[in-house]
Amino acid sequence: MTAKRYQPGDHLTPLTKPPVTKIQLVKYSGASGDFNPIHTVEEFAKEAGLGGVIAHGMLTMGFVAQMLTDEIGEEGDLLSFGVRFVDMVRPGDIITCDGVVQEVKEEEGYQVVTCDVWAQKSPGDVRVVQGTATFRKPLT
Amino acid sequence: MELADFERLLGVWSKPVKNEVEKGAIRKFADAIGDPNPLYYDEERAAQSRFGRLVAPPTFSRTFDYGVIPGLEMPTEGLIHGEMFYTYYKPILAGDVLYASFALTDVKERSGKLGRMILLVFTYKVENEAGELVQEAKSIVIYRPEGGGAK
Repeated sequence: MTAKRYQPGDHLTPLTKPPVTKIQLVKYSGASGDFNPIHTVEEFAKEAGLGGVIAHGMLTMGFVAQMLTDEIGEEGDLLSFGVRFVDMVRPGDIITCDGVVQEVKEEEGYQVVTCDVWAQKSPGDVRVVQGTATFRKPLT
Repeated sequence: MELADFERLLGVWSKPVKNEVEKGAIRKFADAIGDPNPLYYDEERAAQSRFGRLVAPPTFSRTFDYGVIPGLEMPTEGLIHGEMFYTYYKPILAGDVLYASFALTDVKERSGKLGRMILLVFTYKVENEAGELVQEAKSIVIYRPEGGGAK
């Protein structure tokens, strides 16, 4: 099987997640060790002026990571991955992750792909995270 | 803490903390994200892969204990996570014994529409038992000394 050859302008395969739930925020708090109550305690989040609980930025980053590892597959490697946290995500939000290839290089049997990546609440809507990632995949 | 208090701590690393990568922790973390990748859950499947063992998702190192920077007292409120950037050198696999540490590597004060902000740049390092770098991360945290909501 010949590996997919990336070109600048190519979209990665987008990933749409099920709606974020309050249970998920509790699970992520436990799994990550980030117990800031703004993610789990409704009254606390309201008092903090947030209007209710918000998702961990790192959870949304985890969604984008899922899109990347799905795209890269088992034989490839993620080399770098960073995001800026731009806007809040709340329970009920449906997050779609997407990316566009910016640069492709060939190195020692691999194609090295740098892309812009982001997550948004719906296509065309404001981006909640925005970043870049570089990965490599074998050429054959 | 104020700008000068943070500045005094620039470049002071925490003592590396031993972290053992547990299968259950990988599975719980992947499950919280809702990522069904079999390499995170299925030991037989992972054993047949080039990794040979369960693999940790890219942001899993968030779960590690990075120790404490002596003298750093981070407030628990008024913090906003601004940015996170990872550089990966080696995969993190179940059973790995890793050493994690962090330092404050830059600090700046800014004034914006949210009022006075202190931007803290933390650098995180994960090394294996052979002393090889496994991954590095940079996190930008925005601290508002006058308080306020968080993202």
